Amino acid sequence: MAEIRIEKLHKAFGDFIAVRDSTMTIQDGHFFVLLGPSGCGKTTTLRMIAGLEFPTSGSVFLDNEDVTYRRGRDRDIAFVFQMFALYPHMNCYRNLAFPLITQGTPRREVRERVIETARLLRIEHLLKRPVGGLAAGDRQRIALGRAIIRRPKAFLMDEPLGALDTEFRDLMCQELRGLHNRIDATTVYVTHDQVEAMSMGDMIAVMHEGDLLQVAPPQELYDNPATLFVANFIGSPPMNFLDVEGGLESDFGRARLVGGIEVTMPTLAERPKGNAVVYGIRPEHILIDDHGPLRGRVFGVEYMGARQVVTVDTDAGRLKVRTGGSVSAVVGETVGLDVMSPRAVIFDRETERALARDASPALAEAAHG
Amino acid sequence: MADIRIDRVTKRFGDVTAVNTLDLAIKDGEFVVLLGPTGSGKTTTLRLVAGLEKPDAGRIVIDGTDVTKAQPAERDVSFVFQQYSLYPHYTVYQNLAFPLKSPLLKWSRQEIDARVHEVAGMLHIEHKLKNKATELSGGEMQRVAIGRALVRRPAVYLMDEPLSSLDAKLRAELRVELKRISVELGATILYVTHDNVEAMTMADRIGVLNHGRLEQIATPRGIYQQPDNVYVAQRLSSPPLNLVDPGLFGIDVPAGTETVGIRPEDITIGQPSGVEGSTTLVERLGAETVAVLRVNGTQIQALVDPQAIVGEGETVRVGVVENAPMFFDRDGRRIDAQPAGG
Repeated sequence: MAEIRIEKLHKAFGDFIAVRDSTMTIQDGHFFVLLGPSGCGKTTTLRMIAGLEFPTSGSVFLDNEDVTYRRGRDRDIAFVFQMFALYPHMNCYRNLAFPLITQGTPRREVRERVIETARLLRIEHLLKRPVGGLAAGDRQRIALGRAIIRRPKAFLMDEPLGALDTEFRDLMCQELRGLHNRIDATTVYVTHDQVEAMSMGDMIAVMHEGDLLQVAPPQELYDNPATLFVANFIGSPPMNFLDVEGGLESDFGRARLVGGIEVTMPTLAERPKGNAVVYGIRPEHILIDDHGPLRGRVFGVEYMGARQVVTVDTDAGRLKVRTGGSVSAVVGETVGLDVMSPRAVIFDRETERALARDASPALAEAAHG
Repeated sequence: MADIRIDRVTKRFGDVTAVNTLDLAIKDGEFVVLLGPTGSGKTTTLRLVAGLEKPDAGRIVIDGTDVTKAQPAERDVSFVFQQYSLYPHYTVYQNLAFPLKSPLLKWSRQEIDARVHEVAGMLHIEHKLKNKATELSGGEMQRVAIGRALVRRPAVYLMDEPLSSLDAKLRAELRVELKRISVELGATILYVTHDNVEAMTMADRIGVLNHGRLEQIATPRGIYQQPDNVYVAQRLSSPPLNLVDPGLFGIDVPAGTETVGIRPEDITIGQPSGVEGSTTLVERLGAETVAVLRVNGTQIQALVDPQAIVGEGETVRVGVVENAPMFFDRDGRRIDAQPAGG
């Protein structure tokens, strides 16, 4: 297995910059997710790692070896595409064995590896069956088996679950992650679905318009998004953004939101470039509380049993609040809201970057009280 | 708009009974979601109402008229399929207008134009009317597909997992829009899905199907808080419902209790009243954290506050929110807790 490193990787198609000076390290054994909307450069990055595309400048290292201009088939990596292809005239065993047979692997070893792979994917009972009559999930398992049987240094996957409906997608998510835990292979996984990324990734890299915005573990990405885009892209419903009237006050302590509501600021470790800032707060960090300083009218309630999302129209704008299922909220009623200020993320309006918060919880608490 | 009545309908395919003596009444203007796993008979039920399948027994009545033997075209229903089926060489406008151009309808060009714009506005795709269907994103295509069903104002809308091929963000967006549209139109909608969140957030009532039988039909709150049986309780729980022996947490149970069901959000960690357990896995999913615990050899899943600091492999006190547990008898039926007199 291998570590993958890209350095100042840049790819232009004519005037269009698909990937801009990207640098990151994918640790050996990690499940690494490249996440972003379509056109963000995630697939191009993956294709450059695979050797299916050569960069305009910059380098790709596989286990410290520069492979930037080496062809894909000489890189010892396996690529799993969005649409799985199987040989329809071969049975499952032959489909799995095929990549090894073409490499000239001895028959006994082929047999051992096929059985081992089938066991990993829990498809031993299917080996003698033709691929024609298989259920979609089983076809996908066979295709996955074909990719892992060669034991390459790394797996690259481009939205492998994109074409499936949700029921299968959830199931295959769990299976892919389970498989990863069993074989511990470095995996680079491209998706535009943040739920997939959050539930599967050890590390997530968020891309937007060719730029690498942030690389972090899921919870870190969620709690401390580096930019407005990341904060908006991760989380469902996304983070609430409130405009702060007149920017930061000199003492950093309190901020007046548009609509005249005062909220406590988390203690910041840096100042914005200009003075304009945006107050970002996750839906679960707003509490429905009759004594809260913010008041608003309930616009909608999405009840989901254990949890519910309540949409509230306030003078500061429309807010999404995530709360437990037992909290009572009725459309049309007025409710009070309180904000868990130490959890807020403050963004520089001009640069759209998050301002560093003071790490000390004692200080955050002091600011709150 | 109209009501739908399904009277003791059975549908068999060879040896398999897909729908088993199903009784279901959908009121005029109601949004009913049939929820169930693959093979539970939900799509077959929808196809029976549409007339795409004929029942082996029973009756289907739409707006007071028995349509059991009527052809699909005679039923005045609109069907939205899982995969959007648009005419790729047509623009969005032409795709939306097409169902209205049927000679049976005799609509004028002005009427069609007004209706197309009205529906496009409702679905927020007015600015895309001149685009070819192939120039749209997945979410926009599915909106157009839904729009094609909406233009016609049929008696009944039938929808078969219309959001399932979309990613999570778009699904969340369209859930809200579909619900809004249903309220605006006062439409009678029968909607099929396996997705709990879709069912809970959109339905006036949810019908839970299992092996072709209707286990329960009730409002989202009713079905979550007062499930008739253990199957329904499990079906609506995410993370999964904890089913434990009556003795595990030392709580009083009514007579005849075989199993106790506790929702993951009703498990407490660190309260002094709890029993001793340990954490085996802590899964942080952003807005919420799931802790997998072991209590006396039983695995328990708990939904915990993401702010709570819980590490893996720690010894913790595990408890249950008062009055939260559900009690099930040996047949899986829920026993009402109150009359036990404890």
